[in-house]
Amino acid sequence: MLRHIVVVGASLAGLRAVETLRERGYDGALTLIGDEGRPPYDRPPLSKQVLQGVWEPQQTFFRKKEGFDSLALDMRLGVRARALDVRARQVLLADGTTIGYDAAIVATGARVRTLPGMRLRPGLHVLRGLDDAIALHRELGEVARVAVVGCGFIGLEVAASCRVRGIGVTAIEALPSALTPAAGRTICETVESLHRDHGVDLRTGARVADVVGDTRVSGVRLSDGSLIEADLVIVGVGVTPNTEWLEGSGLTLEDGIVCDESGEAAPGVYAAGDVARVPNAWLGDARRVEHWTNAVEQGVFAAESLLAGGGARRRFSSVPYFWSDQYDRKIQFAGSARPGDEVVVVDGSTAERRFVALYRRADSLAACLAMNHPRGFIKFRKLLAAKPRWDEALSASL
Amino acid sequence: MKVVVDLTLCDLHGLCVETAPEVFEIADDGALRVLDPSPPEALRPKVDKAVRECPTAAITVEG
Repeated sequence: MLRHIVVVGASLAGLRAVETLRERGYDGALTLIGDEGRPPYDRPPLSKQVLQGVWEPQQTFFRKKEGFDSLALDMRLGVRARALDVRARQVLLADGTTIGYDAAIVATGARVRTLPGMRLRPGLHVLRGLDDAIALHRELGEVARVAVVGCGFIGLEVAASCRVRGIGVTAIEALPSALTPAAGRTICETVESLHRDHGVDLRTGARVADVVGDTRVSGVRLSDGSLIEADLVIVGVGVTPNTEWLEGSGLTLEDGIVCDESGEAAPGVYAAGDVARVPNAWLGDARRVEHWTNAVEQGVFAAESLLAGGGARRRFSSVPYFWSDQYDRKIQFAGSARPGDEVVVVDGSTAERRFVALYRRADSLAACLAMNHPRGFIKFRKLLAAKPRWDEALSASL
Repeated sequence: MKVVVDLTLCDLHGLCVETAPEVFEIADDGALRVLDPSPPEALRPKVDKAVRECPTAAITVEG
């Protein structure tokens, strides 16, 4: 009998989970635990609207305070979950409280990685949460030049937002190209030229040896000895799942929470979002996926599996989707690209920075990436779900 | 059920077009268009999914 469900993690996956539980008619007690002292908020705007000062921080909140009334939640915000006892069905909070549950959903997300040996000090920033964005936004008003370490999507969005604010940017990437090698050389070069044309000093294949400055950062030193002066250093080198609090809980932890096909990690315990490794039938594996849409889909999926009960044969299948906004360009990506995939532009051109590109692996369509081409993108994202042969995909592009 | 899209929020992710093509489309002018602002009740699960998945919360459903 389900009398009390606890959702640990009050970001997107956790929010969609509690919404789904109520939508599907669960009317028992429902507790939502979040370690930030804020209501659930949306992260994608942090690196754009919030950093650029277009939005006030509270515009990122998914719901206004009264918007939570209909969900009838016991919200425990600003308190961290410290341990999970799978056998006793209890969550232990950092304030000493113990909360018993009949079923639980874990959506504790991920946190930013930092550089090895990096000592926190004024002028050194990361961007993951709203507090990070507020602090960074404030400081950006007082600086002339920043160094962005890591040219993945977050780093590039931060670089673009800084340029939009007229701040000088040196962007440093250890890999030979910005974005991700899996995107393919043509796409990486297109994005790199976009940033260079906007005045970013982009250094690829450059390793950061040290962050310079004693009481406050003054730049970074590269492994070749060169010094890049900067008033602020912003590090965006990926994230790591928040699973430490689950050590000893009995859950299987291997780069995230290992789940079965239904999203269940232990009897009555489900996981969703950045922290979860739910087998994805479309992908054919159970990797972690750190995208907005995945958090939505898995939050919903976990809630539905929970209500269906243990032993329900459910299967998660989804074509991963994410997007990135940089300057006036929107990049949309669906599928799964790997280094070595053949990349073919089937509509528009990289020169005009408006195109649809398809990724070919053997005789299949593996992924699709578009820049400022939403209509073309939709067509192929839809097609991807059926895993079409390459010639079928090509004929759809005509 | 009445479906409304705030075009000032719509960012053309197109997830709704894929989820509920009976209700949403991207028109020839490139803007999102609500094909059926009062869809039949049978489409509610699809419309609800579109609302949940919209990255800019541009879709609202009344009734």
